[in-house]
Amino acid sequence: MADRRNDRNKHEPWRDPNAQPYVRIENVTKRFGDFVAVNNVSLKIYKGEIFCLLGGSGCGKSTLLRMLAGFEETTGGSIYLDGQDMAGIPPYERPVNMMFQSYALFPHMTVEKNIAFGLEQEKLSRSEINSRVEEILGIVRLGEFARRKPHQLSGGQRQRVALARALVKRPKLLLLDEPLGALDKKLREHTQFELINIQEQLGVTFIVVTHDQEEAMTLASRIGVMNRGEIVQIGTPTEIYEFPATRFVADFIGSVNMFEGRLVEDLPDRVRIQSDQLGGVIYVDHGISAAPGAVVWVAIRPEKITIQRAQPADMRENCVRGVVKEIAYMGDVSVYLVKIDSGQTMRVTLPNMERLSDDERILWDETVYLTWHPGSPVVVIQ
Amino acid sequence: MKRRITFPMIALCVGLLFLYAPIISMIVYSFNNSRLVTVWDSANSPTIKWYLALLKDRPVLDAAWLSIRVAAMSATGAVVLGTLAGLVLARFGPFRGRALLQGLTTAPLVMPEVITGLSILLLFVSLEQFFRIFFGWQFDRGMVTITIAHITFTMAYVTVVVQSRLATFDDSLEEAALDLGAKPAKVFFRITLPLITPAILSGWLLAFTLSWDDVVVSQFVAGPGSNTLPMLIYSKVRLGVNPSVNALATILVLFVAIGVALSAWLMRRAEKRREREMRLAESGR
Repeated sequence: MADRRNDRNKHEPWRDPNAQPYVRIENVTKRFGDFVAVNNVSLKIYKGEIFCLLGGSGCGKSTLLRMLAGFEETTGGSIYLDGQDMAGIPPYERPVNMMFQSYALFPHMTVEKNIAFGLEQEKLSRSEINSRVEEILGIVRLGEFARRKPHQLSGGQRQRVALARALVKRPKLLLLDEPLGALDKKLREHTQFELINIQEQLGVTFIVVTHDQEEAMTLASRIGVMNRGEIVQIGTPTEIYEFPATRFVADFIGSVNMFEGRLVEDLPDRVRIQSDQLGGVIYVDHGISAAPGAVVWVAIRPEKITIQRAQPADMRENCVRGVVKEIAYMGDVSVYLVKIDSGQTMRVTLPNMERLSDDERILWDETVYLTWHPGSPVVVIQ
Repeated sequence: MKRRITFPMIALCVGLLFLYAPIISMIVYSFNNSRLVTVWDSANSPTIKWYLALLKDRPVLDAAWLSIRVAAMSATGAVVLGTLAGLVLARFGPFRGRALLQGLTTAPLVMPEVITGLSILLLFVSLEQFFRIFFGWQFDRGMVTITIAHITFTMAYVTVVVQSRLATFDDSLEEAALDLGAKPAKVFFRITLPLITPAILSGWLLAFTLSWDDVVVSQFVAGPGSNTLPMLIYSKVRLGVNPSVNALATILVLFVAIGVALSAWLMRRAEKRREREMRLAESGR
């Protein structure tokens, strides 16, 4: 895993100004009557990426995917794939394949026939088709199920057939619509890594649509967060999580404590924010670009907050007092809901590193102090 | 536990008796030995002599053969047209005149047969004149005209069956086939058609049975000498009830029952399979 991470960091073509994007989406808009489903979206996706479009239902992510596949015409803007303009090219002539959310396996054909269907359309020789089907069945580990019908397979197996059917065409671009949405949690985690492995093995560029942030975080090289037909932020999973650009992104990805405040001290390397909602001052050890006195929002992730019984020596900054209202024991972590003096409720997660007795554990109705490091809060201005 | 005879059970029995007593008595009397239709000859019954007599009756055999041919051809024609209409109604979304097309295709379901028959007869008469005057070609009313007339009213049933099947059809199957490189025509023949085949077959059987037992429309458009089986029975009864009519009618009923049962069975089987697949898909989650 560590090797791969280094590998990835070395290979981040979006940081290279000379790199040629493989998929270029330029000012693409899609309207259905008066409703704007996709609004002026521009994206550059590079060869070999797993790009995730993440957003809630109705945010336009699926419509964007369908325009890439050719099922919907764009109302405005253009899509280029490997330098070729996709306008007016029907789905059956695009070097793009899609894995459907429902898998859309042909129920009257065996696994083999399902996978061979796409190759038959290319008028390949029978022997070539057979060898390619066999090869892909090996990759998705379904060799022994070749002669089964889709209804004789489990959900996970069907998902792999759908993947194989799309990949066997060796598309330039593979579109995946909620690829793991129909699987249960355990299978999902396993399949995520399998999907990454297959993608690296074949080097196909993936565009994944999902509403599940966890899925996006594990799969993606980069994530594009969408809201109301627009791309709100593009970045690596870490960037999106640690440095959300807007309140929407901060709120959508993971859980977060959000406080409105006013900028009272604005220096290039540090800022102080007075927040009535928090009932205190937040000190951040990096600069932000906003006018002094401006209204800003501060986001603090629950896992970046320390909870303690003892009163800290310095209570002036990055510290609030509160009373524990709820505790949820989740096994690996415990979630505390703390009602702070200003009346707001803050969420704190604490890893359960040791087994603690009830005396050692912080319990309901205890008065506690919440503190955080000045590097942890994220300040967003919109 | 003692089962009580409840009102719903009585109602059911009365209803069934009302519907099927005439048919059952007809079937029973078809095995009667007596020449008189109303007298049960208990000494020599049951007998199958009326059925054997039918086998030697040339007009009956001719009429049966004509009926079979007409039913098969009109069912086939109705399936082609009805499937196309069903596809258009289920697939093409809201287009101009959709409601009108829907109404027009299903109107024959409720149109009085006398009116359907009369209007088609008028059409044929004027066509006859047209062809005679402009092409000097005389065509006779007979098998072809009966078939065409039957297509017009059986097509509606096929349309309804196909349309309802397509309503539950997963559109992404067709999209997937397009995505994999198949052109629209190929998608239809390789994916859509095989999947709606049970509905089409059941529509065909339904159309066949409807054509097979039709009297009114056939009566209007048949020419001299072209008698379908139901027409023959009708005319035989008018001349005086002969016990062989009972036998003939029993065979007719048997045919219809088989057709309807087969069509229902096909639909049910397809429905069950779909349900099972849906359940499996759910449990796979």
